[in-house]
This record gives sequence, C-alpha cells and structure tokens, in this order.
Amino acid sequence: MAEESYPDGLLYHPEHDWAKVDGDTATFGVTWYAQDQLGEVVFYDPPDVGTQVNANSAYAEVESVKAVSDVFAPMSGEVTEVNEALKEAPEKINDDPYGEGWMVRVRLSDPSEADSLMDVNAYKESLGR
Amino acid sequence: MPVQYEGIRQEHVAVRTHAGLFDVSHMGEIETSGPDAERFLQHLLSNDVSKIPLYGAQYSVLCREDGGVLDDLFTYRLEADRFLTVTNAANHERDHQWFARHGEGFDVSVSDAAESYAMLALQGPQARAILDAHLEGGAPARMRVVEARVAGVDCLVCGTGYTGEDGVELLIPPSGAVQVWDALTGDGAAPAGLGARDTLRLEVCFHLYGNDLSEDRNPIEAGLGWVCKLDTDFIGADALREVEPSDKLVPFAFTGPGIPRQGNPIVVDGTAAGVVTSGTMSPCLDIGIGMGYVPVGASEPGTKIEVDVRGKLRPAEVRERPLYRKEQ
Repeated sequence: MAEESYPDGLLYHPEHDWAKVDGDTATFGVTWYAQDQLGEVVFYDPPDVGTQVNANSAYAEVESVKAVSDVFAPMSGEVTEVNEALKEAPEKINDDPYGEGWMVRVRLSDPSEADSLMDVNAYKESLGR
Repeated sequence: MPVQYEGIRQEHVAVRTHAGLFDVSHMGEIETSGPDAERFLQHLLSNDVSKIPLYGAQYSVLCREDGGVLDDLFTYRLEADRFLTVTNAANHERDHQWFARHGEGFDVSVSDAAESYAMLALQGPQARAILDAHLEGGAPARMRVVEARVAGVDCLVCGTGYTGEDGVELLIPPSGAVQVWDALTGDGAAPAGLGARDTLRLEVCFHLYGNDLSEDRNPIEAGLGWVCKLDTDFIGADALREVEPSDKLVPFAFTGPGIPRQGNPIVVDGTAAGVVTSGTMSPCLDIGIGMGYVPVGASEPGTKIEVDVRGKLRPAEVRERPLYRKEQ
C-alpha cells in the first residue's frame, strides 16, 4: 500500500473522495484515508460511460474482501471515461489512489460546485492530520 | 482475534502456501465424563459417538427435537469415558445449558471448560514442520489428538482444522498461550485473522454456524446428512427421518464480475428462489464464490443461477464441493 499522502491541487469531499478539476472536466477518485479504511480493494464496479453523477451521491462501489463501500461524487456531471484497468487490477486503488487508481472522468455540469469542496489543508484538518 | 493482521489476502495465501497461526480462543469447550459419558453424547450428538476411538476426533451437529441445528462441533475422546467438545463461541452458553439440561437419567458430569483452554490453529503445508521443531512427543495423525508439550507448555494437539490445509489445533492452558504463540510465529507461522479464516473455509466449503447453519435449517438440507447417524436415536433423529428437503445448500462461483454477500437473493429462472448464506472474493480462484440455499431442482453442479447483488444480477454456476482444490 501507498504511504499516507494528500496532494496539493486536488479538491476534497468529506466522504473521502477527491476531484482534480481541469476547466469543465474533472477526474475523481478516493483518498488515501478512504482506501486505508477499506483495506485491500478486490473489486471495483464502475458506472457506465454516459451516466449522470450527482454531487454527494454514490456513483460506484468498491469492495474489500470483507465489506462494500459506496464511492461518492464530489461534483455533478456526465461520465466520459472510466478507468477500465481497475476491473483487472482494483488494487491500484490501494497502491496509487491519486494516480493509476483514478476512477472516472466527468464533464462537469456545474463547475461552481468546486467552491463547496475542501482544499488540502481543510481536508487534512478534518482528518486531524 | 482481529479480522486481520497484515491483510486478508496475504494471510490467506500464507496459509495455502506456507503456514498461518490463528488465535481461536473464542471457541468454547465442554467436558463430559462419567460412566455414561458415551451413551449421553450419543443421545445429544448426531454422529455415532461409539465410533470415536480413544484419542480420536469426530465432527457432528447438535439438533433440537425438530431437527433445527443448534451448533456444529468437534468432539475428542480423551479417556474411555471422558470427552471434550469444542463449541462455537456464540453458541457456547446455549450448548452448555442444553448439555446440562439433558443430563437427567445419565451417570455423567458435564462441565463448562471454556475458561480452561486457549486455542491456536496452526494450518498450512509447513504447519507440521513448524510444530515438530517445538514438540516433545509425537504429532497426531489427522482426526486424532495427543497430549504433548509444545514450546514447553502441556497441550492437547489435535489433527484438525478449518482451512482445508494440513495442520493442527492446539488446546492450551491460557497461561501458556502467549509462549506457544510466540514460539510458532517466531518460527515462521504468519499471524492470521478472522477474515482469512472465513475465506479459507469458504473455498473448501466448510460450514459456518450463523451463516450456513441455523436453528431454521436442518442438517439434511445443509448437506450434513453424512454426520447424522439416525440409528443412534439422537435428539432430532425422529424429525430428520421425515425430512424431504425442498432446499439444499450448494457451493457456487460467479462466472463474471462481482462478489456475493450473505443475504443476497439467489435467482433461478428469473425468480428469486434462494439465498446466499456465505460469500466472498476467493483469494486463490480470484472470483466471487459462496454458498447458499437453492431449491433441490437447481442444486446440481453446473446449474446456471444468478445472484442479486444490491440490484445487479450477477451470473453464477452451482459447483462441486470443494470450490478450491490443492492440486489445481
């Protein structure tokens, strides 16, 4: 598993998800804290391309051997790409949660939702780090 | 015992390829002794207790009058008229009361021995080699028990387990348990937790009470008819003679993505007809596996079924037991 880290430049959601915004698109994933809580991820069930996701709602599931967890969308939009590699290698979510463990790319319907997310310092503070 | 130490998959693989050590001290023990001990246990336990040799072990179930399963247990014969029965933690108190309540008319003494024993399970292809380095006295054959010193502690060493691997289970005076744990882990046995214990037993289709067995199910539909010797007239035998099960517990494997979980409906020909009682991602097979009750008509290996996993129908297939075999 990866070392604990929370990169600058990402936006963070209280359900331990991150968004990397680039204009009117964004990439979503889960934070180091989320994957650590879950343990070894053995299955990722992505949404279909074209699915509408809504901020604060579940858009996918990740499972460890023992448990299932919902993955929450930090922002709203339409899924334009899913990380197909996670179907075969879901452990990338543990190994590289901000890189190869990315989950979906989304065309944002309301980029101003970014204003309600936390920056890295606020998120770390919420974790007591 | 924790769910995991280093990670469920890692611990699981350690047991399949090398050796793991489980602290299963939560298991309970009941000691039964006296001139009528054998006749008394024959009355309670479903298997033929008279067939347990001295220092032998036997698996059986404990049934209610109506055949519902109260527990599944291993019984060891330590003397001609002294037996030790290992109970599941959640059932121990009820089992002990059941034993005590049925003692009338038997010259027998039943005692709760749960506080007298810690229990460690050393399992895996290297388990016996690791044991031998710390053992004074001979190791037990499979389904046998010996009294021996392990790492300087007097133990009961049982040739039994719950993983499908070779190995032993050690019943240890609690004061010596840490010494035995340290010696065996110090010699390469990987600490393994409850999570790996569950995935290992499910790959080889061993029942877990509370999941696959319950008071609402009888041992015949659970596939445990082979431990029910009806001619021994144990409590529940009369009811079981009449049983013609409509359901059967079967192992299954997913043929596509997903992980079955306890409680998921099993769909046969488009209709919800059964229920998953145990499910996980198999670390050795790398697919979703489980066990569940299905109508007898859908219980043949090869039957295509579906499992409703939180609203998604996942294709699966009834399989032979065990789901995992060593020589694959």
